[in-house]
Amino acid sequence: MDAAKNKYSIIVPTYNERLNIALIVYLIFKHLPDEDFEIIVVDDGSPDGTQEIVKQLQKLYGEDRILLRPRAKKLGLGTAYIHGLKHASGNFVVIMDADLSHHPKYLPSFIQKQLETGASIVTGTRYVTGGGVHGWNLMRKLTSRGANVLAQTLLWPGVSDLTGSFRLYKKSVLEDVISSCVSKGYVFQMEMIVRASRKGCHIEEVPITFVDRVFGSSKLGGSEIVEYLKGLVYLMITT
Amino acid sequence: MKHVLKLLSLLVVISALWIGLLQASIIPQSHTWLLPIYFIVSLGCYGLLMVGVGLMRFPTCPQEALLLQQDIAEAKDFLKQKGVDVGSD
Repeated sequence: MDAAKNKYSIIVPTYNERLNIALIVYLIFKHLPDEDFEIIVVDDGSPDGTQEIVKQLQKLYGEDRILLRPRAKKLGLGTAYIHGLKHASGNFVVIMDADLSHHPKYLPSFIQKQLETGASIVTGTRYVTGGGVHGWNLMRKLTSRGANVLAQTLLWPGVSDLTGSFRLYKKSVLEDVISSCVSKGYVFQMEMIVRASRKGCHIEEVPITFVDRVFGSSKLGGSEIVEYLKGLVYLMITT
Repeated sequence: MKHVLKLLSLLVVISALWIGLLQASIIPQSHTWLLPIYFIVSLGCYGLLMVGVGLMRFPTCPQEALLLQQDIAEAKDFLKQKGVDVGSD
Protein backbone atom coordinates (compact mmCIF):
# COMPACT_ATOMS: atom_id res chain seq x y z
CA MET A 1 0.00 0.00 0.00
CA ASP A 2 1.33 3.41 -0.91
CA ALA A 3 2.00 5.01 2.44
CA ALA A 4 1.70 8.50 1.06
CA LYS A 5 -1.96 8.00 0.20
CA ASN A 6 -3.25 6.63 3.50
CA LYS A 7 -5.60 8.70 5.61
CA TYR A 8 -6.40 7.85 9.20
CA SER A 9 -9.78 8.72 10.74
CA ILE A 10 -9.45 8.73 14.52
CA ILE A 11 -12.81 8.27 16.21
CA VAL A 12 -12.96 9.49 19.81
CA PRO A 13 -16.28 9.05 21.63
CA THR A 14 -16.61 11.56 24.46
CA TYR A 15 -18.82 12.19 27.43
CA ASN A 16 -17.77 14.90 29.87
CA GLU A 17 -14.18 15.04 28.65
CA ARG A 18 -13.82 18.80 28.52
CA LEU A 19 -10.17 18.84 29.53
CA ASN A 20 -9.05 15.48 28.22
CA ILE A 21 -10.28 16.08 24.68
CA ALA A 22 -8.06 19.14 24.36
CA LEU A 23 -5.06 17.26 25.74
CA ILE A 24 -5.61 14.27 23.52
CA VAL A 25 -5.98 16.40 20.40
CA TYR A 26 -2.72 18.18 21.18
CA LEU A 27 -0.94 14.86 21.71
CA ILE A 28 -2.32 13.34 18.51
CA PHE A 29 -1.04 16.28 16.50
CA LYS A 30 2.28 16.06 18.31
CA HIS A 31 2.82 12.37 17.53
CA LEU A 32 1.52 12.26 13.96
CA PRO A 33 3.33 15.16 12.30
CA ASP A 34 3.68 13.47 8.93
CA GLU A 35 0.40 11.61 8.58
CA ASP A 36 -2.82 12.57 6.88
CA PHE A 37 -5.48 12.21 9.55
CA GLU A 38 -8.71 13.59 10.95
CA ILE A 39 -10.12 13.39 14.46
CA ILE A 40 -13.84 12.65 14.71
CA VAL A 41 -15.25 13.59 18.10
CA VAL A 42 -18.55 11.86 18.80
CA ASP A 43 -19.88 13.66 21.84
CA ASP A 44 -23.04 12.40 23.49
CA GLY A 45 -24.43 15.73 24.63
CA SER A 46 -21.92 16.36 27.41
CA PRO A 47 -23.25 18.82 29.97
CA ASP A 48 -19.74 20.01 30.89
CA GLY A 49 -19.14 21.96 27.68
CA THR A 50 -16.94 19.42 25.87
CA GLN A 51 -18.36 20.55 22.53
CA GLU A 52 -17.38 24.16 23.21
CA ILE A 53 -13.80 23.10 23.74
CA VAL A 54 -13.87 21.05 20.55
CA LYS A 55 -15.01 24.16 18.66
CA GLN A 56 -12.05 26.08 20.09
CA LEU A 57 -9.77 23.28 18.98
CA GLN A 58 -11.31 23.43 15.53
CA LYS A 59 -10.37 27.12 15.31
CA LEU A 60 -6.81 26.23 16.24
CA TYR A 61 -6.27 23.13 14.12
CA GLY A 62 -8.84 23.45 11.36
CA GLU A 63 -12.32 22.11 10.82
CA ASP A 64 -11.01 19.69 8.24
CA ARG A 65 -8.73 18.07 10.84
CA ILE A 66 -11.20 17.99 13.74
CA LEU A 67 -14.75 16.93 13.03
CA LEU A 68 -17.39 17.42 15.69
CA ARG A 69 -20.24 15.00 15.11
CA PRO A 70 -22.30 15.04 18.32
CA ARG A 71 -25.38 13.18 19.37
CA ALA A 72 -28.19 14.29 21.60
CA LYS A 73 -27.53 11.98 24.54
CA LYS A 74 -25.61 8.93 25.73
CA LEU A 75 -26.38 6.27 23.19
CA GLY A 76 -23.63 3.71 23.71
CA LEU A 77 -20.19 2.99 22.37
CA GLY A 78 -21.06 0.74 19.44
CA THR A 79 -23.42 3.25 17.93
CA ALA A 80 -20.88 6.01 18.58
CA TYR A 81 -18.40 4.18 16.35
CA ILE A 82 -21.03 3.59 13.69
CA HIS A 83 -21.94 7.27 13.81
CA GLY A 84 -18.29 8.28 13.56
CA LEU A 85 -17.72 5.87 10.68
CA LYS A 86 -20.38 7.60 8.61
CA HIS A 87 -18.26 10.75 8.66
CA ALA A 88 -14.88 9.11 8.23
CA SER A 89 -13.09 9.96 5.01
CA GLY A 90 -9.94 7.96 5.71
CA ASN A 91 -9.18 4.45 4.49
CA PHE A 92 -8.13 3.52 8.01
CA VAL A 93 -10.01 4.07 11.25
CA VAL A 94 -8.51 4.29 14.73
CA ILE A 95 -10.68 3.95 17.80
CA MET A 96 -9.42 5.14 21.14
CA ASP A 97 -10.66 6.38 24.51
CA ALA A 98 -10.80 10.07 25.31
CA ASP A 99 -9.64 9.86 28.91
CA LEU A 100 -5.91 9.53 28.15
CA SER A 101 -5.75 5.91 29.28
CA HIS A 102 -4.77 5.41 25.63
CA HIS A 103 -1.76 7.54 24.80
CA PRO A 104 -1.49 8.93 21.25
CA LYS A 105 2.25 8.28 21.30
CA TYR A 106 1.45 4.69 20.27
CA LEU A 107 -0.32 5.77 17.09
CA PRO A 108 2.90 5.63 15.01
CA SER A 109 3.52 2.05 16.13
CA PHE A 110 0.01 1.01 15.09
CA ILE A 111 0.51 2.61 11.68
CA GLN A 112 3.98 1.13 11.31
CA LYS A 113 2.77 -2.36 12.18
CA GLN A 114 -0.02 -2.15 9.65
CA LEU A 115 2.31 -0.96 6.90
CA GLU A 116 4.83 -3.71 7.66
CA THR A 117 2.34 -6.57 7.77
CA GLY A 118 -0.60 -5.40 5.68
CA ALA A 119 -2.87 -6.36 8.56
CA SER A 120 -6.58 -5.59 8.50
CA ILE A 121 -6.63 -4.86 12.22
CA VAL A 122 -3.90 -3.78 14.62
CA THR A 123 -4.95 -4.06 18.24
CA GLY A 124 -3.17 -2.67 21.26
CA THR A 125 -2.36 -5.15 24.00
CA ARG A 126 -1.55 -4.29 27.58
CA TYR A 127 -0.52 -7.81 28.53
CA VAL A 128 2.74 -8.39 26.69
CA THR A 129 6.28 -7.27 27.37
CA GLY A 130 6.60 -3.66 26.35
CA GLY A 131 3.02 -3.04 27.34
CA GLY A 132 1.57 -2.65 30.79
CA VAL A 133 -0.96 -1.18 33.12
CA HIS A 134 -0.57 1.43 35.83
CA GLY A 135 -3.11 2.17 38.52
CA TRP A 136 -4.53 -1.30 39.15
CA ASN A 137 -4.39 -2.91 42.57
CA LEU A 138 -3.74 -6.61 43.10
CA MET A 139 -7.41 -7.56 43.11
CA ARG A 140 -8.01 -5.78 39.83
CA LYS A 141 -5.01 -7.46 38.21
CA LEU A 142 -6.19 -10.82 39.49
CA THR A 143 -9.66 -10.44 37.99
CA SER A 144 -8.16 -9.18 34.75
CA ARG A 145 -5.80 -12.13 34.51
CA GLY A 146 -8.48 -14.65 35.53
CA ALA A 147 -10.91 -13.22 32.99
CA ASN A 148 -8.26 -13.37 30.30
CA VAL A 149 -7.31 -17.01 30.99
CA LEU A 150 -10.98 -17.99 30.96
CA ALA A 151 -11.59 -16.18 27.69
CA GLN A 152 -8.48 -17.71 26.09
CA THR A 153 -9.52 -21.22 27.18
CA LEU A 154 -13.13 -20.88 26.06
CA LEU A 155 -12.85 -18.74 22.95
CA TRP A 156 -9.36 -19.24 21.43
CA PRO A 157 -9.58 -15.63 20.23
CA GLY A 158 -6.14 -15.26 18.69
CA VAL A 159 -5.35 -12.04 20.54
CA SER A 160 -3.88 -11.51 23.99
CA ASP A 161 -6.02 -8.51 25.03
CA LEU A 162 -9.69 -9.04 24.30
CA THR A 163 -11.28 -6.09 26.04
CA GLY A 164 -8.88 -3.46 24.78
CA SER A 165 -10.36 -0.58 22.81
CA PHE A 166 -7.25 0.98 21.26
CA ARG A 167 -7.33 -0.36 17.73
CA LEU A 168 -6.57 0.44 14.10
CA TYR A 169 -8.90 -1.02 11.48
CA LYS A 170 -9.02 -0.93 7.73
CA LYS A 171 -12.20 1.05 7.24
CA SER A 172 -13.91 -1.61 5.11
CA VAL A 173 -13.12 -4.28 7.72
CA LEU A 174 -14.53 -2.19 10.56
CA GLU A 175 -17.72 -1.51 8.63
CA ASP A 176 -18.10 -5.19 7.92
CA VAL A 177 -17.43 -6.42 11.46
CA ILE A 178 -19.39 -3.75 13.29
CA SER A 179 -22.57 -4.52 11.38
CA SER A 180 -22.73 -7.96 12.98
CA CYS A 181 -22.00 -6.91 16.59
CA VAL A 182 -24.82 -6.36 19.06
CA SER A 183 -23.21 -6.33 22.51
CA LYS A 184 -22.73 -3.36 24.79
CA GLY A 185 -19.78 -1.94 26.68
CA TYR A 186 -16.56 -3.89 26.87
CA VAL A 187 -18.24 -7.11 25.68
CA PHE A 188 -18.76 -5.15 22.46
CA GLN A 189 -14.97 -4.77 22.12
CA MET A 190 -14.59 -8.50 22.70
CA GLU A 191 -17.29 -9.30 20.18
CA MET A 192 -15.62 -7.12 17.54
CA ILE A 193 -12.23 -8.77 17.79
CA VAL A 194 -13.59 -12.32 18.10
CA ARG A 195 -15.87 -11.92 15.07
CA ALA A 196 -12.98 -10.46 13.10
CA SER A 197 -10.80 -13.37 14.14
CA ARG A 198 -13.47 -15.90 13.11
CA LYS A 199 -13.80 -14.23 9.73
CA GLY A 200 -10.11 -14.83 9.21
CA CYS A 201 -9.02 -11.18 9.33
CA HIS A 202 -5.29 -10.61 9.57
CA ILE A 203 -4.87 -9.24 13.09
CA GLU A 204 -1.61 -7.96 14.55
CA GLU A 205 -0.84 -6.68 18.04
CA VAL A 206 1.32 -3.89 19.37
CA PRO A 207 2.18 -3.35 23.05
CA ILE A 208 0.57 -0.35 24.67
CA THR A 209 0.64 1.06 28.16
CA PHE A 210 -2.60 1.86 29.90
CA VAL A 211 -2.69 4.42 32.68
CA ASP A 212 -5.89 4.15 34.67
CA ARG A 213 -6.41 7.70 35.86
CA VAL A 214 -9.84 7.55 37.34
CA PHE A 215 -9.42 5.97 40.72
CA GLY A 216 -12.17 3.53 41.46
CA SER A 217 -13.49 3.34 37.93
CA SER A 218 -11.93 -0.07 37.49
CA LYS A 219 -13.70 -1.62 40.44
CA LEU A 220 -15.21 -4.82 39.23
CA GLY A 221 -18.35 -5.71 41.10
CA GLY A 222 -20.34 -8.93 41.03
CA SER A 223 -22.67 -7.63 38.34
CA GLU A 224 -19.76 -6.84 36.01
CA ILE A 225 -18.41 -10.35 36.48
CA VAL A 226 -21.81 -11.83 35.66
CA GLU A 227 -22.04 -9.60 32.55
CA TYR A 228 -18.61 -10.79 31.50
CA LEU A 229 -19.49 -14.47 31.91
CA LYS A 230 -22.72 -13.95 30.00
CA GLY A 231 -20.68 -12.26 27.29
CA LEU A 232 -18.32 -15.22 27.06
CA VAL A 233 -21.18 -17.71 26.74
CA TYR A 234 -22.84 -15.49 24.13
CA LEU A 235 -19.62 -15.34 22.11
CA MET A 236 -19.10 -19.09 22.39
CA ILE A 237 -22.53 -19.76 21.01
CA THR A 238 -22.76 -17.13 18.30
CA THR A 239 -19.25 -16.88 16.83
CA MET B 1 -18.94 -23.61 12.70
CA LYS B 2 -19.88 -21.89 15.92
CA HIS B 3 -17.15 -22.07 18.53
CA VAL B 4 -19.23 -23.96 21.07
CA LEU B 5 -19.70 -26.69 18.47
CA LYS B 6 -15.94 -26.89 17.98
CA LEU B 7 -15.51 -27.36 21.72
CA LEU B 8 -18.27 -29.99 21.84
CA SER B 9 -16.74 -31.96 18.97
CA LEU B 10 -13.41 -31.89 20.78
CA LEU B 11 -15.19 -33.23 23.85
CA VAL B 12 -16.81 -35.97 21.78
CA VAL B 13 -13.44 -37.01 20.34
CA ILE B 14 -11.86 -37.14 23.79
CA SER B 15 -14.84 -39.14 25.12
CA ALA B 16 -14.56 -41.58 22.24
CA LEU B 17 -10.89 -42.07 23.02
CA TRP B 18 -11.75 -42.66 26.65
CA ILE B 19 -14.44 -45.22 25.84
CA GLY B 20 -12.02 -46.86 23.44
CA LEU B 21 -9.47 -47.15 26.22
CA LEU B 22 -12.08 -48.62 28.55
CA GLN B 23 -12.95 -51.32 26.06
CA ALA B 24 -9.40 -52.07 24.89
CA SER B 25 -8.17 -52.56 28.46
CA ILE B 26 -4.59 -51.50 27.70
CA ILE B 27 -4.64 -49.67 30.99
CA PRO B 28 -6.31 -51.38 33.99
CA GLN B 29 -10.02 -50.44 34.10
CA SER B 30 -9.80 -48.96 37.57
CA HIS B 31 -7.36 -46.32 36.29
CA THR B 32 -9.25 -45.66 33.08
CA TRP B 33 -12.45 -44.83 34.95
CA LEU B 34 -10.61 -42.09 36.78
CA LEU B 35 -9.10 -40.49 33.66
CA PRO B 36 -11.85 -37.89 33.20
CA ILE B 37 -11.32 -36.72 36.76
CA TYR B 38 -7.57 -36.49 36.22
CA PHE B 39 -8.23 -34.53 33.05
CA ILE B 40 -10.56 -32.03 34.69
CA VAL B 41 -8.27 -31.57 37.68
CA SER B 42 -5.25 -31.06 35.40
CA LEU B 43 -7.18 -28.53 33.36
CA GLY B 44 -8.11 -26.69 36.55
CA CYS B 45 -4.53 -26.73 37.80
CA TYR B 46 -3.25 -25.52 34.46
CA GLY B 47 -5.75 -22.67 34.55
CA LEU B 48 -4.73 -21.67 38.07
CA LEU B 49 -1.09 -21.86 37.07
CA MET B 50 -1.69 -19.58 34.10
CA VAL B 51 -3.50 -17.10 36.31
CA GLY B 52 -0.75 -17.21 38.94
CA VAL B 53 2.12 -16.89 36.49
CA GLY B 54 0.33 -14.15 34.61
CA LEU B 55 -0.29 -12.28 37.83
CA MET B 56 3.37 -12.50 38.86
CA ARG B 57 4.54 -11.36 35.44
CA PHE B 58 1.80 -8.74 35.01
CA PRO B 59 3.48 -5.92 33.15
CA THR B 60 3.27 -2.61 35.00
CA CYS B 61 4.49 0.78 33.93
CA PRO B 62 4.75 3.21 36.85
CA GLN B 63 6.95 5.53 34.83
CA GLU B 64 4.10 6.04 32.38
CA ALA B 65 2.05 7.90 34.96
CA LEU B 66 4.90 10.36 35.37
CA LEU B 67 5.41 10.75 31.64
CA LEU B 68 1.71 11.34 31.26
CA GLN B 69 1.80 14.13 33.83
CA GLN B 70 4.60 15.76 31.86
CA ASP B 71 2.66 15.44 28.63
CA ILE B 72 -0.40 16.97 30.26
CA ALA B 73 1.62 19.93 31.51
CA GLU B 74 3.14 20.45 28.06
CA ALA B 75 -0.28 20.23 26.41
CA LYS B 76 -1.87 22.68 28.85
CA ASP B 77 0.90 25.23 28.30
CA PHE B 78 0.59 25.09 24.54
CA LEU B 79 -3.18 25.21 24.48
CA LYS B 80 -3.42 28.04 27.00
CA GLN B 81 -1.12 30.09 24.80
CA LYS B 82 -3.31 29.44 21.81
CA GLY B 83 -6.49 30.45 23.56
CA VAL B 84 -8.06 27.08 24.25
CA ASP B 85 -9.73 26.92 27.63
CA VAL B 86 -7.87 24.33 29.71
CA GLY B 87 -9.08 25.53 33.07
CA SER B 88 -9.94 23.23 35.91
CA ASP B 89 -11.69 19.99 35.01
